[in-house]
Amino acid sequence: MAATDEILSFDEAMERFDPVLGFEVHVELNTKSKMFSSAPNVFGDDPNTNVNEVDLGMPGVLPVVNRAAVESSIKIGLALNCEIAESCRFARKNYFYPDTPKNFQTSQYDEPIAHDGWLDVELEDGTVFRVEIERAHMEEDAGKLTHMGGATGRIQGADYSLVDYNRAGVPLVEIVTKPIVGAGSRAPELARAYVSAVREIVKNLGVSDARMERGNVRCDANVSLMPKGADKFGTRSETKNVNSLRSVEHAVRFEIQRHAAVLASGGTVTQETRHWHEDTRTTTAGRPKSDADDYRYFPEPDLVPVVPSREWVEELRATLPEPPAERRKRLKEAWGYADAEFRDVVNAGVVEAIEETVAAGASPQAARKWWMGEIVGRAKTADVDPAELGVTPAAIVELNGLVEGGKLNNKMAGQVLDGVIAGEGTPTQVMEARGLVLVSDDRPLLEAIDAALAAQPDVADKIRGGKVQAVGAIVGGVMKATRGQADAGRVKELILERLGVSA
Amino acid sequence: MSLNELITSSASALAEKLAAKEVSSEEVTRAHLDRIAEVDGGERGVHAFLHVNTEEALAVAREVDAARAAGGDDAAALHPLAGVPIAIKDLIVTVGQPTTAGSRILEGWMSPYDATVIKKIRAAKLPILGKTNLDEFAMGSSTEHSAFGPTRNPWDLDRIPGGSGGGSAAAVAAFEAPLALGTDTGGSIRQPGAVTGTVGVKPTYGAVSRYGAIAMASSLDQIGPVSRTVLDSALLQELVGGYDPFDSTSLTDPFDTLVAAAKEGSVAGLRIGVVKELGGEGYQAGVEARFHEALELLKGAGATVVEVSCPNFQYALGAYYLIMPSEVSSNLAKFDGVRYGLRVLPKDGPMTIERVMGATRAAGFGDEAKRRIILGTYALSAGYYDAYYGSAQKVRTLVQRDFEAAFAKADVLISPTAPTTAFRLGEKLDDPLAMYLNDVATIPANLAGVPGLSLPGGLADEDGLPVGIQLLAPARQDARLYRVGAALESLLEAQWGGPLLAKAPSLTAATAATTEGVK
Repeated sequence: MAATDEILSFDEAMERFDPVLGFEVHVELNTKSKMFSSAPNVFGDDPNTNVNEVDLGMPGVLPVVNRAAVESSIKIGLALNCEIAESCRFARKNYFYPDTPKNFQTSQYDEPIAHDGWLDVELEDGTVFRVEIERAHMEEDAGKLTHMGGATGRIQGADYSLVDYNRAGVPLVEIVTKPIVGAGSRAPELARAYVSAVREIVKNLGVSDARMERGNVRCDANVSLMPKGADKFGTRSETKNVNSLRSVEHAVRFEIQRHAAVLASGGTVTQETRHWHEDTRTTTAGRPKSDADDYRYFPEPDLVPVVPSREWVEELRATLPEPPAERRKRLKEAWGYADAEFRDVVNAGVVEAIEETVAAGASPQAARKWWMGEIVGRAKTADVDPAELGVTPAAIVELNGLVEGGKLNNKMAGQVLDGVIAGEGTPTQVMEARGLVLVSDDRPLLEAIDAALAAQPDVADKIRGGKVQAVGAIVGGVMKATRGQADAGRVKELILERLGVSA
Repeated sequence: MSLNELITSSASALAEKLAAKEVSSEEVTRAHLDRIAEVDGGERGVHAFLHVNTEEALAVAREVDAARAAGGDDAAALHPLAGVPIAIKDLIVTVGQPTTAGSRILEGWMSPYDATVIKKIRAAKLPILGKTNLDEFAMGSSTEHSAFGPTRNPWDLDRIPGGSGGGSAAAVAAFEAPLALGTDTGGSIRQPGAVTGTVGVKPTYGAVSRYGAIAMASSLDQIGPVSRTVLDSALLQELVGGYDPFDSTSLTDPFDTLVAAAKEGSVAGLRIGVVKELGGEGYQAGVEARFHEALELLKGAGATVVEVSCPNFQYALGAYYLIMPSEVSSNLAKFDGVRYGLRVLPKDGPMTIERVMGATRAAGFGDEAKRRIILGTYALSAGYYDAYYGSAQKVRTLVQRDFEAAFAKADVLISPTAPTTAFRLGEKLDDPLAMYLNDVATIPANLAGVPGLSLPGGLADEDGLPVGIQLLAPARQDARLYRVGAALESLLEAQWGGPLLAKAPSLTAATAATTEGVK
């Protein structure tokens, strides 16, 4: 292992230096087939099953550009406010490595399909930071290497390595920012917010599954520091494959502190790639990288230029969904949620579910209550996304109606929800099948109330004497006697009535 | 038909006899397999074939015969060339037969898929006789760079058959096959055609799918026909050509009038442009003599002969030797021992992936392949790219403009195909630059993507060896080449009193001769 790097405290680093950031975000597209072949683009299948002769780089094969991938790339470009090239080419990036079956990667080099855009990124407190996008270009993913034996899981020291070419040729769009200056101490937060925003955009466009844990969205984070007030960028490091939002924030923070320590002690930062370690929240040195890395790029002679007609681009522009940030703003206002309430809803990933539930007839408050109060917790326990529990908006509207109509109390409603999730039917069916009926006839309630009052005469006296808040003890006794199948509000009313006290 | 006729007939003549049931495909196929057995092997053999596909070829022949015998729809559905055997340059991948590209690095490799042209040939039921020899990865002008030994020229077994497609040309010239497929990156179909007295055509770039042709230089490679008559090449190009969704660079244009053009064969009223730069110094006297006789014949048939100048052709060879190796360096990177083909482990030292790749490539590639990989790697390197690859691309544009200007003055262009007749085996093996000069007249067509046809122009007086005449047409005007080519062919054959190959020495005696003094 590399020696632990010295770091400066973040605050001190910020007093002395301005950070400059840059991101390369790779987005795997969810097209049916690969970038240049007809092999399926599917995650998680047995190794080397989703490959054909093109993906394996067999002698004689030729690539063919996937039109659906071009369409997705244009949509991403448009969503990032980019210009879409009238004509663009692929190039070959030549390097020998066994995850690349041809020993070159087919990628766009000097002619990206989308360029010169921007993205407004909203930080948690509502501050909006504009990130300039240099380019978004198409390329193919490499295969996946697994290094066996050895301690580090890296190629050095491994006994042997396994290659899975299922991922080789999966369409990628690489989104490259221009240098991001001026974020100051909010740089780590901005890093997270930027990647989150890109992820949300591609998910919203439907062009990627956008699951970071599966590598659908991968981030390389470039960090450099310059002395406060300077305008000449420092030497950067590139932390590769930072693949969760939390890690992006931590990696940028760590690199800022590490660079600061190097510079503060009079040293120079090495231009290199860095590996991120989630367990220690640190980076270690990768390979030295210089701008002179020679990939011997040249135009891919097996492909003709991609020439998206202006009509096609405009058609695609017209089909773009509402941008996530604007949509959020609109929904928050429409629903009347407080800032914190809305943020929780966003973080829980149930904006869409609530939107559908409201559309199905629930009030925004009720929809939020059910999703945030009941469903999110159950999803967490089951370790799935809330939407994956199988609760439909219609079921929630129905369930909510049963509660508001006095047929169920909250506790019983929870049991009905469990039944719905277990696939026992609609809320009404579950309620009936499980015999969950709220006691609404007053007579058995009055019997129970009389019994409870008789059991606790001192409490009854207190209530008569005006200590209305003591009624809770009697309500509790009644609820216990009725096994919870009573409307607690009605019970309270009846007790006060019985004792001749007005609420 | 006599046994001799079975192998000396043109493909179109065989097709007619097959259709008329005068002969069976099995008889024709077997006659060619027998001929291969007779003249191809042994120390003095032609060595056109790297692999002979006896069983499958006969099985396909019998299928054709059965369909023909059944009559009705089965017989009616047969392609005109069904049952006519064919040889395939071993750069084109085939299921069920090895594909080596003439290289040790692919020795023993079996392709899991068929090239598009092979699919078409199988669908049309042409029995595939086998795979023909070539310079390693199609790099060379003599077939001496094959890892599996050179092919000999049927006109003189001590001479080269041209290259890279020397195997296909020699097979057709030696009557081992009536048809063959070749690939042409800088002249690899046309120059072997010239030096073996056969017909070879490089179609317009994109007219025939490259899917399954192992790439040498993607922007220059083109599959094309090899045959003994112009009509036969037209038949074969029409069969294998056409748009292929697996090749993005393939043209959607129909090329379906080639056979009709070859049958029509006329030059009256056409302007034929003699390219000033493709002649004179460096061209053998016997080659020039036959070329000028051909011009006189064309004039006599009603063509107008004009002189055109293509001043940038002088830079074409240099540009070619930057663009081609650049693409080679990238196209050949995949041969690394990781997934298929040869794998060589380093003898000592650490067993890293880089060292296994290095050892494999060091052992698997021959000198010429290595020479071009190194040249191309340098040409693409940062700091050299603009001066080399970039400049070469500019020359390419200039060559294209030269063609445009020339085709404004002439309907077809004409030149000798190669500056000399076949040289002796070994003569230029140690002088790469001399070897490269063989392609000086053929390379411009590849740089510009225009079609070119080489046909026999007679024998040079000084050595009695075949001379080739090259016709060039604008892109997509392949039909024009066949029309003019067929006309010139009949004019020449009228002079000779028959096909030029009738003048070739008997091979059966020559291949049986001892080899004293050779090598």
